[in-house]
Amino acid sequence: MAAAGVSLAFRAVRGLPASAVGQRGARLSTGSARGFRHAASFRREHDAAADEKSTHFGFQTVPEGQKAERVYKVFESVAQKYDIMNDAMSLGIHRLWKDTLLRTMNPLPGTRLLDVAGGTGDISFRFLEYVRSQEARRRRREAQALQTPSWQEIANSYGPGAPGSKECRAVVCDINKDMLKVGQQRAKDLYYTTGLSWVVGDAEELPFDDDQFDVYTIAFGIRNLTHIDKALEEAYRVLKPGGRFLCLEFSHVSNPLLSRIYDAYSFQLIPVLGEVIAGDWKSYQYLVESIRRFPDQVSALLGQGFPIGGAEKEMKTVTMCKVPVRSKYTVQLETDLFSSHIRAQNETPCLPSSSAANSRDVGHTCFTSFHFVPYGYCIAQVCSQL
Amino acid sequence: MSVVFLPRVLRISARALGTAGWAGHRGCSGWTSDGGPGHLYGGHIPTNPVQKALLAVGSGMAALQNPYRHDMVAVLGETTGHLALLRLRDRMKSSPEGHSILKERPRIRLSTLDLTEMSSLPDGSLGREYLRFLKENRVTPDSRADVKFVDDEELAYVMQRYREVHDLLHTLLGMPTNMLGEVAVKWFEAAQTGLPMCILGAAFGPLRLSARRLQLLTASLGPWALRNGRRSNCVLSIYYEHRWGQSLTSLREELCIEPPPLSLSTLRKTT
Repeated sequence: MAAAGVSLAFRAVRGLPASAVGQRGARLSTGSARGFRHAASFRREHDAAADEKSTHFGFQTVPEGQKAERVYKVFESVAQKYDIMNDAMSLGIHRLWKDTLLRTMNPLPGTRLLDVAGGTGDISFRFLEYVRSQEARRRRREAQALQTPSWQEIANSYGPGAPGSKECRAVVCDINKDMLKVGQQRAKDLYYTTGLSWVVGDAEELPFDDDQFDVYTIAFGIRNLTHIDKALEEAYRVLKPGGRFLCLEFSHVSNPLLSRIYDAYSFQLIPVLGEVIAGDWKSYQYLVESIRRFPDQVSALLGQGFPIGGAEKEMKTVTMCKVPVRSKYTVQLETDLFSSHIRAQNETPCLPSSSAANSRDVGHTCFTSFHFVPYGYCIAQVCSQL
Repeated sequence: MSVVFLPRVLRISARALGTAGWAGHRGCSGWTSDGGPGHLYGGHIPTNPVQKALLAVGSGMAALQNPYRHDMVAVLGETTGHLALLRLRDRMKSSPEGHSILKERPRIRLSTLDLTEMSSLPDGSLGREYLRFLKENRVTPDSRADVKFVDDEELAYVMQRYREVHDLLHTLLGMPTNMLGEVAVKWFEAAQTGLPMCILGAAFGPLRLSARRLQLLTASLGPWALRNGRRSNCVLSIYYEHRWGQSLTSLREELCIEPPPLSLSTLRKTT
């Protein structure tokens, strides 16, 4: 799956025609400021009736057709101050969560990452940093091991290595161009010049070919989608067999005292911060409301796992449990079905285990690991096994 | 590998249309009330006292740090101005013209002004001088932020009217929109309306003035502004939309405002 084989429908939004598109590649048309509208026109037929169905937009109920547009407007208006607001709202702790996600991911050199709803690029930057520092450490160790390196070895240590060597690559995909623009500017400021691609795309209809990526992440983005099941199908499609799906999202806080403090903080303080720092109360009101809505929407879907494919593809199931956080420093895991089972697997992330199963899954392997960080954030990691 | 930059036109017009806000379009009659739960008017965001206090402190600090953040000045005014708005509203009600303004709720925007007619008025008339002021200072009445945090519909209108009359006040007082002119108008407004935001602006505004302008302010402009603010009639009680043809001098006499002691030419908007 080297670079030559990649047929990403990588489309620069400046209006160049989509190049080297696979069969399921995007046909996002050129010159439109609202790419998602064109993506919507290629959705499946039942979407015509979808406008009559309604979905949640924060605490409001809106027709499904409207949600994407409203979310787009929210992020368009917050894009410039997005990172500052993240720091202000979480007191900088969001950096720890994202670092934890990377540690969970533990990418090896040569991993290809798709960062959906990646926006300003936090996860991708960390990914590149992680892999490159691993690589640098490995090379240092190698160099130290060599007593008298030959000229060839010295020359190799300067360059990127032989062509076709494992170079890690991250693709940041987001539906919102303003967020990507901010991300590109940050990449320039932080000197991430290679290994990054920026693609405008809809998570429910990704502009990539099948079986492209090793890791798919969606950090704090899945709750903004209208059809999470479609996004999961797409994730399953673009992931290679054995690829991983990681989702970083807010979860509920079950401790009643903490939960009251958390609610007060969310609803009283965050919109005020949004108004003062970004001049936008309503967008941050939407954000805190969508956090409250999220677990209801998604836990059922993730509990069903990746959808059943055709006859050749076997069912990949996932177990997902709600993970309440008990207190600041200790974490207690409560599951409804497989308590001992899941606890045992927690220490060995992402190794296939034949004993991993849920009651519906007969004879297929699946594995899920959960990593928990304080203050009510959970990371669900799913391996797809073929 | 580049993301297109949104055309500047779209972005500027989006900001200008920002007055429509999330609540959507206002009715042509001006002030419509939104049907949302707890929302008393279009653009209203209900807040509790804790949030108002936080907003007041936050917006005050943001406005001090960057005085060009007009939205922060606006939020500061809304969250701190309840008592002053009550007083203003009562003052408006006590005059027949003010009473009719409160009833009819007119809005001053480019779409409601008849620009061709106003530009054909004679020099020295209110309409002509107002248009000249808008053109010379490159401002528009549509750039005023909407009221969001006032929890009474009538008071919210009074606040909105105050914002829209601000430019007319510049015209009446003959002050340009540079820092010195703005501070002079703020002193007038502080004396007349008693809004805490005006008082704070009047107190902190001079800190950003150069020494020469500070001297002008303290020597002649400031005392003039304060004196006139205190003794003039309520500027919000004038139905300006019906008086475009009236001459500035007669309007000043009616309001008991002395003409400015200095004629400040339109300088650039830096201190």
